[in-house]
Amino acid sequence: MAVTEPKLLCRLATGLLTLVAGVSLAGVLPEDRLDALYHYYNGGGVEIDGPSILARKSIGQHVSVSGNYYVDTVSSASIDVLTTASPYEEERTEHSFGVDFLRGDTIMSLAVGESDEDDYQAETINVGIAQEIFGGLTTVTMGYGVGDDTVRRNGDPDFEDYVERQAYRLGISQILTRSLIVSLNYEVISDEGFLNNPYRSVRYRDPNSGTGYSFQPEVYPRTRTSNAVAIRGRYFLPYRAAVHLGYRYFTDDWDIAAHTGEVGYTHPLGAFNLDLQYRYYTQTKADFYSDLYPYQDAQNFLARDKELSTFQSHTIRFGVSYDFLENGWTFLERGAISAFYDHIMFNYDDFRDLTSDELVGQEPLYSFDADVIQLFISFWF
Amino acid sequence: MQAATRHWLVVVAVGVLVTLGGCAIEPWVKPYERDRLADPIMSFDRDPISNAYIHHVYEAREGARGASGSAGGGCGCN
Repeated sequence: MAVTEPKLLCRLATGLLTLVAGVSLAGVLPEDRLDALYHYYNGGGVEIDGPSILARKSIGQHVSVSGNYYVDTVSSASIDVLTTASPYEEERTEHSFGVDFLRGDTIMSLAVGESDEDDYQAETINVGIAQEIFGGLTTVTMGYGVGDDTVRRNGDPDFEDYVERQAYRLGISQILTRSLIVSLNYEVISDEGFLNNPYRSVRYRDPNSGTGYSFQPEVYPRTRTSNAVAIRGRYFLPYRAAVHLGYRYFTDDWDIAAHTGEVGYTHPLGAFNLDLQYRYYTQTKADFYSDLYPYQDAQNFLARDKELSTFQSHTIRFGVSYDFLENGWTFLERGAISAFYDHIMFNYDDFRDLTSDELVGQEPLYSFDADVIQLFISFWF
Repeated sequence: MQAATRHWLVVVAVGVLVTLGGCAIEPWVKPYERDRLADPIMSFDRDPISNAYIHHVYEAREGARGASGSAGGGCGCN
């Protein structure tokens, strides 16, 4: 791999590490289940695919264990790569293991995970508790997670840094009527360490350059704290279908504020389940972000990561699941095969497409579409 | 958020949880009236493997993170 390649890197590193730590409704352990998923992402010159296997099994009546194996195989020729480096390929693997204890109306959870790629390692521990109260109408959840990452840079054996992360979660799920359930979740995440991508650069005006600009490495603050609050609701329609609504507000001390809204509909049709969903996301930029700085070292902190810019995205989802083995077979209770397709449209307000030959600072704004496919088979036993 | 504040937040939350856990309130939706809510189509997390993956896709490409309702959240990699 070339030394200067910017890459998705850690953005792909730890997102799934805590899959097995998902706190379920209190009072009942999660179902025994095996899922095998193939995932595929293609957008903005980046292709990522791979498998994910998730298994969960009860041991007696009070303990449930789970394990997840996940792989991302990345082939990237993203806009960042095209403008400052050369395409690359890499692989990231992830393992996690979790255990849930049921005691009365309380479930306590513990999960550990690790993620490995050639220049980034992440380790995560999560604990959680879920408690049913008010006769099972309300479930309160709390969680705490700690992460410890090691950041390296290929081709530079002298470079090694770290990221320490802590997450605090509080949630409440409330049955309001026979047909309506809502949940409210709040999460604080704080990071400390090397938070930028060691390969990515920012650009600044440079009259001595043929293009009118030059690049220098990004410099991020070494701390970040964010707050997110989300409310979601699901309503059962009289003819056996469900609609769901969700909204999340996010803010952090880098001055990013984001709104996420989604609405969806699930319609069973015989052995099939059909899903339709729309999601809207919008965010403001980090206060130190710029597509083009006026000169070199223009600020203490410098970023030209489009994920820190001002942008919007729209996502449309189609999904279908088919239930089979409804009467069971040997030790299997039932099975399902599912296919989900998401089409995401990203539109950036202050991130420009440098592959264009326009004047410096006048390049067209960048946008791209992504296709996300999930195919998976599930067995309950 | 300061570390001390965080720790107090946890202590207060645990206290509230323990206190509420001891409350006895008449549920206005009886257990036998929860058949609709028990339908898998009403689950917030019907397919955990799929939910975790799609959250991962979003977190890798958006500045926002967290409050997804699961223990995930916090790629923290920017």
